[in-house]
Amino acid sequence: MTATYNSGNAILQLTVRNHPGVMSHICGLFARRSYNMEAILCLPLADRRYSQVWLLLDEDARLEQVMRQTQKLVDVIDVRRHDGAVDIFPRLRTVVGE
Amino acid sequence: MKYSGAQIVVKLLERQGIRMVAGIPGGASLPLYDALSSSSIRHILARHEQGAGFIAQGMARTEGRPAVCLASSGPGATNLLTAVADAKMDSIPLIAITGQVPTALIGTDAFQEADTFGLMLAITKHNWIVRSARELLEVIPAAFRIAMAGRPGPVAVDIPKDVQLEQIEVVQWPEPALIPAPPPLAVSELEQAAALLADAQRPVLMLGGGVVHAGCAAAIQSLAEQLELFTVATFMGLGAMPSTHRLFLGMLGMHGARYTNLVLEECDLLLAAGVRFDDRATGEAATFCRQARIIHIDIDASELHKIKSADVAINGDVAQAVAYLRAHCPSASRPSWRQRVTALRADYPLPIDEHAGEFTPYRLLSQIARLVPPDCVVVTDVGQHQMWTAQVYPFTRPRQWLSSGGLGTMGFGLPAAIGAALAQPQRTVVCISGDGSMLMNIQELDTLAEHGLNVKIVVLNNQHLGLVKQQQALFYGERYLGIRNRRAADLAAIARAMGIGGIDLQDCEHPLAALDRALATPGPVLINVPIDPEAMVFPMVPSGKANRDMILARPAAGGGA
Ligand SMILES: Cc1ncc(C[n+]2csc(CCOP(=O)(O)OP(=O)(O)O)c2C)c(N)n1
Repeated sequence: MTATYNSGNAILQLTVRNHPGVMSHICGLFARRSYNMEAILCLPLADRRYSQVWLLLDEDARLEQVMRQTQKLVDVIDVRRHDGAVDIFPRLRTVVGE
Repeated sequence: MKYSGAQIVVKLLERQGIRMVAGIPGGASLPLYDALSSSSIRHILARHEQGAGFIAQGMARTEGRPAVCLASSGPGATNLLTAVADAKMDSIPLIAITGQVPTALIGTDAFQEADTFGLMLAITKHNWIVRSARELLEVIPAAFRIAMAGRPGPVAVDIPKDVQLEQIEVVQWPEPALIPAPPPLAVSELEQAAALLADAQRPVLMLGGGVVHAGCAAAIQSLAEQLELFTVATFMGLGAMPSTHRLFLGMLGMHGARYTNLVLEECDLLLAAGVRFDDRATGEAATFCRQARIIHIDIDASELHKIKSADVAINGDVAQAVAYLRAHCPSASRPSWRQRVTALRADYPLPIDEHAGEFTPYRLLSQIARLVPPDCVVVTDVGQHQMWTAQVYPFTRPRQWLSSGGLGTMGFGLPAAIGAALAQPQRTVVCISGDGSMLMNIQELDTLAEHGLNVKIVVLNNQHLGLVKQQQALFYGERYLGIRNRRAADLAAIARAMGIGGIDLQDCEHPLAALDRALATPGPVLINVPIDPEAMVFPMVPSGKANRDMILARPAAGGGA
C-alpha cells in the first residue's frame, strides 16, 4: 500500500500540552467523526511541557469544522494548517520504508 | 498543614461555593466521603448514579452555575454516563467526580475497574485522570473554569483511591475559578449585522439556549421590541421570552406551530442568537429560511457555519453583541410584515383539539399552568408529553424550563426536578412525565420522599411509549412493536409506597377538583392522569423533511402514511 501524498491532503500542525490523555482527546475527536488520519507524528518540544503534533489528513468539506473543533480542545494550544509544501511526511516515509 | 487528596477536593469545592453534591459512595470513593463527612457541603444520596447526575443537572440548570455529582469507580462511573452525555448536548456545566481503583491497579482488571477516562472522553468538554494529590490543586479549579467558560458543558475528574489518600503539604489554596472573559467581539461584523437589520423587511429573531446561558433574555427582549423583531425560540431557548409577549411566535421546528414555521419560510433576515441549528429545529437544513440572510451569534466558534453558513457570523458573548445592537440600531416598525405575521398566526394556529374528553393534554397543561405559580419550575421527561408542554406551556422566565433537549433522555424528569427543588426550595416544581419515562428513574421517588420537596409530578398516562407509537403509526404502517406496557403499573400506588402522595384521577369523582387540591397541597405528590392513547403531537415534520412539510393530523384510516 502506498500512502498518497498529494493536493488532496491537508497537513495540520498542533501545539499541545505534553501529558497523558492528549493524544486520546485528539484521536477521539477525529474518530468520532469518522475522519481518517493518514499519518501522525508527535514529538515533545525543547520545553517539554509542550509537544508538537503533525497530522496528515484527507482534505474534505469537513476539514474547516474539524479544525475548529480541534482548536476547542483544552490541551490544544494552537492549530495551524500547511499546504503540501511541507515535506515532513515524505521524510518520515524514508524512515518507515515500505 | 497536610491534607489528603480527598480533603483537597472537598476544600476546593467549598471554596468554589458548592453547597450540595449528589452521589452514591463506593469502595473507590470512600476517602472522598470520609472528607465530606466533616464538611459543610450537604451530600444528597441518590438511588442510582444516573439519578445523581440528573439531580446535579437540575441544580445547574435552575441556577446557571456548575453543580457536582459523585460516583465510585466501575459501575458507579458507568451509571453516570447518560447524565454527563445529556449535559454535553445541552451545554450544562456539570462536574462529575469519580473514584478510581488505586493507580498501581489501573489496567489490571481490578475489581470495579473501568476505563472512566476513556468513557468520559467523548461526552465531556474536557476530562482528567489525576495522578497525584498535588495535581488536584490545578485540576479542580480548571474543571470549574472549563465547565463555565464560553459555551458551558460537563467535565469529569477521575481520581484513583491512592491519590485521594495521598497526604501533601498545602501552603496556599488556588483561587476559586471565575468565568473567563469571552472573546472580544469584532466590530466590523457587528456593523454589518446592524446594516442588515436596517435593510431587512421581514426579520425574525431566533433565540436558543445560548441566550439563557448568557443571562441576557431581558436585553434581547428589549432589542426585539426596539426593532420590532418577531421572535421564535428553539426548544432550549424556551422561556427566554415570555410566551405571552406580542412578538413571540413560539417554538420552531419539528413540533412547532404551523404559523411559526411559515413565518420563517417568509422571513428575509434571521438573527440567530445562541443557537446551533439542530436538525429538530431546522428540518432539512438546506431549505430552512431559504429566503433569508443569516446573522449568527454564538460564543462557540465551531458552531458558526457548521450547519447553515451565515452571512454575518459573530463569535462572542451574545449579551455583548445584543448590547451593541441595542445601542447602534435605530428603532423600527414594520407594519406590513406585522400584518402578514398576524394573518399567518390567525390562519395556521396550533391545532388545539378540545373535543376528546376532559383530559386532552393541552387542556390538562393549561389547567396546571393556571393552578401553579407562574414562576414555578417546569421539568419534563421525554416523549409526547414533553412536546405538548413545549408547545403550549406559558413560560414566563428563563431557566424555568428544564428538559432534555439534545440527548432526549427518558428518566431525566424526576431527578432533575429534585435537583431544581433542592436548589430553589422556595419554588414549586412541576414535573410533567409519561408512563414510560416515569419508570426509568422511578427509584428517585425515594430520594424525593426523603427530602419532602415541593415537586408535583403529573404523569400523562397513555399506557404506551407514545412518541414511538406515533412514529410507528405515521411512518411504519402501524406495525406496532415494543410500545405497549401490557400490564400498566399503578403509578399512584407506587408513589404512596415510596412515601409521597399519590392520586389517580381516574378514581376521582371530580378529577379537576382533585387535581386542583393535589397541586395546592405543599409537598411531593404524583398525579396520574389517564389520557387518550391515540392522541398525537401535531404538527410534525418528518425527520429530514423541510419544515414546511408538516403533517397536521393522522391520515384517515387506510390512507397510509
Ligand atoms: C433513554 C431513552 N430510551 C429510549 C428513548 C426513545 N423514546 C423516545 S420517546 C419514547 C417514549 C416515551 O414514552 P412516555 O415517557 O410514556 O411518553 P409519551 O411519549 O407517551 O408521552 C421513547 C421510548 C429515549 N428517548 N430515551
